[in-house]
Amino acid sequence: MTTGTASADGTPLLQLDAVEQVFRTKKGDVPAVRGVDLHVNEGEVLCLVGESGCGKTTTARIAAGLAPPTGGRVLYRGRALSEMGSEEKVQYRRGVQFVHQDPYASLNPIRTVFATLAAPLRKHGLATSRKDAWEQACRLLEQVDLRPPENFLSKYPHQLSGGQRQRVAVARALTLKPSLIVADEATSMLDVSIRVGLLKMLSKLRTELGTGFVFITHDLAIARYFGTGGRIAVMYLGRVVEHGLTEEVIENPQHPYTRALLDAVPTMDDDEVGAVAGEARKLRGVDIPSLLALPSGCTFHPRCPLFREGLCDTADPPLEPLAVAGGADRDVSCHVVREAVAEAGRAS
Amino acid sequence: MTSALAPTPAIQRRGLLYRMSRSKSGMAGFVIVLLIIGMTIVAPLVMNHTIAPDPAHAWEGPSGGHLLGTDNSGRDVLKQVLLGGGTVIFVGLGAAAVTTVIAVALGSLAAYLRGWVDSALLQLTDIFMTIPQIVLLAVLGSFFQLTSPILLALLLGSFSWPVLMRSIRAQVLTLKEREFVEAARSLDLGTLRVVFVEIVPNMAGYILINFIIAVTNAIYALVGLYVLGLAPLSGANWGIMIHQAWTYGAIYIASGTPYILAPVFAIALVQLGLVMLTRSLEEVFNPRLAEG
Repeated sequence: MTTGTASADGTPLLQLDAVEQVFRTKKGDVPAVRGVDLHVNEGEVLCLVGESGCGKTTTARIAAGLAPPTGGRVLYRGRALSEMGSEEKVQYRRGVQFVHQDPYASLNPIRTVFATLAAPLRKHGLATSRKDAWEQACRLLEQVDLRPPENFLSKYPHQLSGGQRQRVAVARALTLKPSLIVADEATSMLDVSIRVGLLKMLSKLRTELGTGFVFITHDLAIARYFGTGGRIAVMYLGRVVEHGLTEEVIENPQHPYTRALLDAVPTMDDDEVGAVAGEARKLRGVDIPSLLALPSGCTFHPRCPLFREGLCDTADPPLEPLAVAGGADRDVSCHVVREAVAEAGRAS
Repeated sequence: MTSALAPTPAIQRRGLLYRMSRSKSGMAGFVIVLLIIGMTIVAPLVMNHTIAPDPAHAWEGPSGGHLLGTDNSGRDVLKQVLLGGGTVIFVGLGAAAVTTVIAVALGSLAAYLRGWVDSALLQLTDIFMTIPQIVLLAVLGSFFQLTSPILLALLLGSFSWPVLMRSIRAQVLTLKEREFVEAARSLDLGTLRVVFVEIVPNMAGYILINFIIAVTNAIYALVGLYVLGLAPLSGANWGIMIHQAWTYGAIYIASGTPYILAPVFAIALVQLGLVMLTRSLEEVFNPRLAEG
C-alpha cells in the first residue's frame, strides 16, 4: 500500500485549516473541536484516534461537510467549502462521502437496498435506465462482498444483519465514485467476528479503487490494522496531540496520552513499551475533564504522568514537529517530551 | 418468538388484511366503511335518482311499503338514505385529501428547510388557525353558489389543515435528524426528493390515520353546514335530510322520527366505522402495539 501522494501541485485532497466547532448549550459553550489542522492526500488513509468525546466524530462531520465549522476552513482540492459555487459544491459532494457508525440508523427502513443504491445513481445521471442502475448496483454490492448481489437488491434493511447493512452503507457511499470516504467508527457497532471482514473489504477498496479514507476509531488495534501505510492523528479534548505515520506512532509513541492509549490495549508481550518506562506511564486520573471547564495550560495535565507543576498547567503546548530518533514527520504537543528530546539531542 | 440472531423486522411483511384483522373492532370498522362506500356507489346505479313525491302518503310511519316511513311530501325515507350518502362521503374524502396534502407538503417543508420558510409558514398557519371556519363558510355561502361538491371539498379542506400541519412538522423535525436523511443529503439527492421520498413515506401510517380523522371532521363540518342551512339545499343527501326534517318539524310528529333519525344514524355509522378503522391501522403501522 502506498502512503498516498499529493496532487501534482502539492495541494492535498482535503484539508482542515484551524477548524473549530463550538456548540452553544444552555450550560455554556462547548468547544468540541479547538483548532484542528489535518490533511489527507489522494488515496491516503488518515486515522483519527481518541476517547469518546474527544471531538473526533465532530471533526469527521466537518470534513464530510455535514456540519459547517464555527471557525476555520475546510478545503477540498485547495478550494474552501464556504467559497464554493454550486457547481464546485456538487463536485465536493460527489468526491467526499460519509459512512455512519450505526448501520441500523443510516439506512432508510422503508426502502430496499436497490432503491437506496439507485437513487444517487439516477439523480447524478450515472445510470440512464432502471436496468443500468440495477447492473451498477450489482457491481457495487460485489465490491463490498455481498454475493450474489441479486439476493440482496430486493431486501429491506431489517432483513439484513448488521455487517450486511454496513456493507450496503459502504456501497451507497461508493455510488458516486468518491475520492475520499470518511468513516465514523464504521466497525464499532459490529460483532468482533464481522469487524475483520469489513476492515479487509475497506482495505481492498483502498488498494483497488485508490479511495482515500479518514477513518475514525477509538480502537488503536483497528487503527494499526487499517491505517497501515497511512498516518494517524491522536485527539484529546478537541485537539490533535500527536500526529505521524501510523507505524511510527504506534511503535514509538511520544505524547503521554498516546502512550496511555496504547497501554490500554492488552498485549501478550509487556516489554513492548515506549521511551519512558514503568511508574511514569500510569495515568494520574481516569476522568476526562468537562469541555465546559477545560483545565488550564495543557488540557491533559490533570491526568498526565509526566505532569510538571508550573509548566504544564500554565502554558498551552503547541503541536509542533518533534525530531524523534529514527523517525520522521512527527508532530507532538507536550512540553515535557519536547524538553527531554532536546536534552537527549544535546547529550549526544 | 424470534431468536436474537434474527432481528425483529420493523414492519412484518405479512398480508395487510391479516394484520388488520388482529383488531376485531378495527376489522368491524373496515367492514362498515366498505359496506357504506359500496352502498353509495351501487345505489345510484340500480335505483332511480329522483324519488317521486306522493303528498297523499306524507308523514307515514314505517310500513311494508316504506320501511322507514315517508317524509313531509310523501317520499320514501329509506331510498333517500340509500341515495344520500354520495355527496357527504365524496366531500368528506375530498376535503380530507386536500387538508392532508396541504398539511404534509407545508409541514414537512417547514421542518426540513427551517429558517425564514419555517417562520413564514408558521405565521400562515397561525393566521388560518384564527379564521372561524363556520363563519367564513357562511359568508362565502351567501356570496357564491356552493353547489359543486368539488368546490365544497376544496373550501372545507383548505381551512382545516393547520393542526395536522403542525404535527407533521413536529414529526419531520425529529425524522430529519435521523442518519439516513443525513446520508441522503450528503449524496446530494435534492431537497424535494429527500423530503418526499426519504422522509415522508416513513410517516405513511401516521398520515393515513390522520387522513381518516380528517374525513370524519370534514363530514361533520359539511353536515353542520347543511343543518344550519349555510350550504345550498339542492339535491338530496344526509345533511339536507336532517335540515329538511328539522325545518318541517319531524321531531314533533311521532311518525316523522325515522325521517330525522335515519340520516343521523347513517352519518354516525360512517363516523364510527372510520374511527374504528383507525385503530386497526394503528396496529398495522405500529407493530409494537400488535405484540401485546
